[in-house]
Amino acid sequence: MNTHPSMSLAAGPPKTLNLPQKLAVFLGFSSLFILVLATFGIDFPNKTLWLTTALGGIFLGIVWFSYAAYRKDPAGIKNNGVWFKSVSGRGFWAWGLGLAITGFYIVLYFFPEYLGLVREGPNRGLIALFDPLSYFLSGNPASQWFVYGTLYTLAIAAFGIKFLWKYRHNRYQTLRTLSVMFFQTAFAFIIPELMARLHGDLPYYDLKNIWPLNYYNFESYRVNAFIDAGDLGLGMLLFGIISILIITPLLTYFYGKRWYCSWVCGCGGLAETAGDPFRHLSDKSTFAWRVERWVVHSVLVFVVLMTTAVIYSYLGPDNSTYWLSKSQFLIGVGGLLTLVFAWVMIYRRKELKMDARYGAIGYMAIILGLIAFHYLSDSRHVFLFSSESLRKSYSFLIGSVFSGVIGTGFYPIFGNRVWCRFGCPMAAILGLQQRLFSRFRITTNGGQCISCGNCSAYCEMGIDVRAYAQKGANVVRASCVGCGICSAVCPRGVLKLENGPLPGRINPKEILLGNDVDLMELVNADSERLA
Amino acid sequence: MHIVIIGNGISGITAARHIRKQTDHRITVISAESDYFFSRTALMYIYMGHMTFEHTKPYEDHFWAKNRIGLKRGYVKGVLPEKKTLLLDSGDSLSYDKLIIATGSQPNKFGWPGQELEGVQGLYSLQDLQALEENAPDNRRCSRAVIVGGGLIGIELAEMLRSREIPVTFLVRESSFWNGVLPPGESRMINEHIREHHVDLRLGTNLMEILPDDQGRARAVVTDQGETIECQLVGLTAGVRPNIGFLRGSGIETDKGVLVDRYLGTNLPDVYAIGDCAQQRTPLGNRRAVEAVWYTGRMMGETVARTVCGNPTPYNPGHWFNSAKFFDIEYQTYGWVSSELHKDETEMQFHWRHPSEKICLTLAYEREGGTFLGINTFGIRMRHAVLDRWLSEKLPVEEVVSRLGEANFDPEFYARHETMVEQKFQTQMNNAS
Repeated sequence: MNTHPSMSLAAGPPKTLNLPQKLAVFLGFSSLFILVLATFGIDFPNKTLWLTTALGGIFLGIVWFSYAAYRKDPAGIKNNGVWFKSVSGRGFWAWGLGLAITGFYIVLYFFPEYLGLVREGPNRGLIALFDPLSYFLSGNPASQWFVYGTLYTLAIAAFGIKFLWKYRHNRYQTLRTLSVMFFQTAFAFIIPELMARLHGDLPYYDLKNIWPLNYYNFESYRVNAFIDAGDLGLGMLLFGIISILIITPLLTYFYGKRWYCSWVCGCGGLAETAGDPFRHLSDKSTFAWRVERWVVHSVLVFVVLMTTAVIYSYLGPDNSTYWLSKSQFLIGVGGLLTLVFAWVMIYRRKELKMDARYGAIGYMAIILGLIAFHYLSDSRHVFLFSSESLRKSYSFLIGSVFSGVIGTGFYPIFGNRVWCRFGCPMAAILGLQQRLFSRFRITTNGGQCISCGNCSAYCEMGIDVRAYAQKGANVVRASCVGCGICSAVCPRGVLKLENGPLPGRINPKEILLGNDVDLMELVNADSERLA
Repeated sequence: MHIVIIGNGISGITAARHIRKQTDHRITVISAESDYFFSRTALMYIYMGHMTFEHTKPYEDHFWAKNRIGLKRGYVKGVLPEKKTLLLDSGDSLSYDKLIIATGSQPNKFGWPGQELEGVQGLYSLQDLQALEENAPDNRRCSRAVIVGGGLIGIELAEMLRSREIPVTFLVRESSFWNGVLPPGESRMINEHIREHHVDLRLGTNLMEILPDDQGRARAVVTDQGETIECQLVGLTAGVRPNIGFLRGSGIETDKGVLVDRYLGTNLPDVYAIGDCAQQRTPLGNRRAVEAVWYTGRMMGETVARTVCGNPTPYNPGHWFNSAKFFDIEYQTYGWVSSELHKDETEMQFHWRHPSEKICLTLAYEREGGTFLGINTFGIRMRHAVLDRWLSEKLPVEEVVSRLGEANFDPEFYARHETMVEQKFQTQMNNAS
């Protein structure tokens, strides 16, 4: 539209902070400043006291801010002024915040010594400030990952409380948020630290962090450590394998990928809590959807290739060191992929759009072709590359740059699910399962949709929900993480996340309830089948 | 064949899309309001900062060229049916083979003194929203707004202005909000909720006059209670009427709206009218002859598309349903539940309200035989397909009450109220018999 350049620019009021909010911001940033001072080398005398003050102050600041923001109005949707505020409307503060987080990730991943990491000897700076807490939990000095894990958990806890306040009228949102807060605090943060105290020889393992999100889970140092740690270690190794091969497809069949992405996962947990103010920034264009499908599935292929190569590289030629030999393993991987591929092509051919089918055929051909190439060339390398360079480039490109620097650093610019949508191979697998073999769908309520677009605007995955709702079609999309916000913001009660039988789940015909008796009967027949 | 559609709202655009699905006819959609179709229902969310204008467009801009739907910006000032030609205010003219009039509504003004002053406006079009941004950008430049007319648009405007913390006085002619449509218990609950949002709600109060300042801007309103209220914005939201002034003298028969038959045809061949601006010659069931509702516009667009593509189809809107949102309270209705004003002896009602929360429902049924007539719910979402089926099957109200859970459409884990509803219903039935 070219007719209203002034619109929204003149708008002021909903973006202002009230006095308690300003005080809360001051408290939070003062506390954060303690961490900044520590990073720049200020050596605090009583580290326990200063760390407690810093973390406690940040936590209290966020909670106080939320209370001041939501306390005075009746429960309901709280999106007033979202697009007018600088930080959530891609304004100056959004770019500032984006740069700050991006910078933090770059230092964290690539220059941890600036945070005070000392490989030989006691830590300095920020990491040293966290030493008391680390000693308390695991008995070891802190690392950059401990600092990161603590701040991450703090963010999910504090912004989780904010989210709980914001959506206090919505029980689905409440339970889902309590769930991600629990899994982050217990599974990602406390349990692994305690495990390190009790079983120092076990590798650090966040049990809910499943391969391929946890792309390093089957690397040789970890697998050896699992095996060396006896029954408990073996159990954990086995759990890692069962997680991806059995638990994941089963739960996704019953509940959709939301059981993981918006109820359990740590990345999802941060996106849904600290990232919530940025969910409307995701790109809803069909172009973005096309990019998403290619990129996320390419990452999936990449991680499968990389993991296969890495495991292959340390397996022996026979069964003397590990249960599997090199060739048994390759045949197993090829066989499993072929089985899945054949099942999809035979039973789900009609449901796949053209490009998805071509994509699947293409990638399948590549994988099988490369395996064949290996047998023919008989080189020291798996496929065309050495496994070590594959692992390193995956770890750098996907594990660090994509998931951290871009995925989280760009929250205020591209929205809170950039990583989950474009980069996460776990989301890609769960998405395929959800699209092809799950009871989950978002049901559209007859003819009630008024095409207002709240659902699409607030979909963090960039799904154009309205496109489905306004033609009365159920939303069945690989990328949907089931956060339920589309349903929450809908002013007309049109959308409902539910698990139901497979027949009638995908109903792309354009028939809206209310018009014409004949068509109505057809729709009623459908809904009967559903009920 | 060239099909011209005047108006790019939901009715006209639905017609265009469905004509394209069925034929290769040339299609032109003319609009004076916007370059592309946007969702009028979402205008409030732009002002409130929930969405940008871009979000209100249900189709991406490249959609129209791809589907060969021609879009033309311009105001049609006259129709010459005998020449099958439209006159545009730019001086151009445009010929058509078939014409679909889908020009929607305009806000009602009832001849109040001062209704044309600066700072007095309705809320219907994109231009109205732009005017509101000028008239009431924040509570420094608009220290009070007065809204006149207690309907759906009035309460939306109140919510919009409150989102910018602008003090609002809401003049409602009726003795309780929207009680010409809602049963008393529901209307009362909404009164409470409006006040909970710090709106100065004046029931049973009429606007007498809008007073100007030296620059010709509205500075105050005078009510029939003899009160003068200082304000910088006067929102006129006393309903809408068909936007058909440009048809005067064209020979196309009009009353309140463009008169149409069951096939949505006017008195002239090859001229159709759909949506808010159409008036049914014979009203369908209990429906009004002019229905300014989003989904009826969409359904008429779908129906007329078939007719102009050579498959004449009568407009057949099925059971009445609708929904709205009053600040934080969602409202849905299926079938007919009458207000106190329109209820006759044959209709019985059962009302239940949650003891502590703003949740309630009303069921209407026939006094004789107890056939289910309709349901209103506030704060409970219902499943359209199920209620539509129950209305078709003419279920007895007892069965509807006992099976209410099947029709629930609330998000998962929400507290359910069916048991409480059923208990109260049983108690009332037992007392009555």
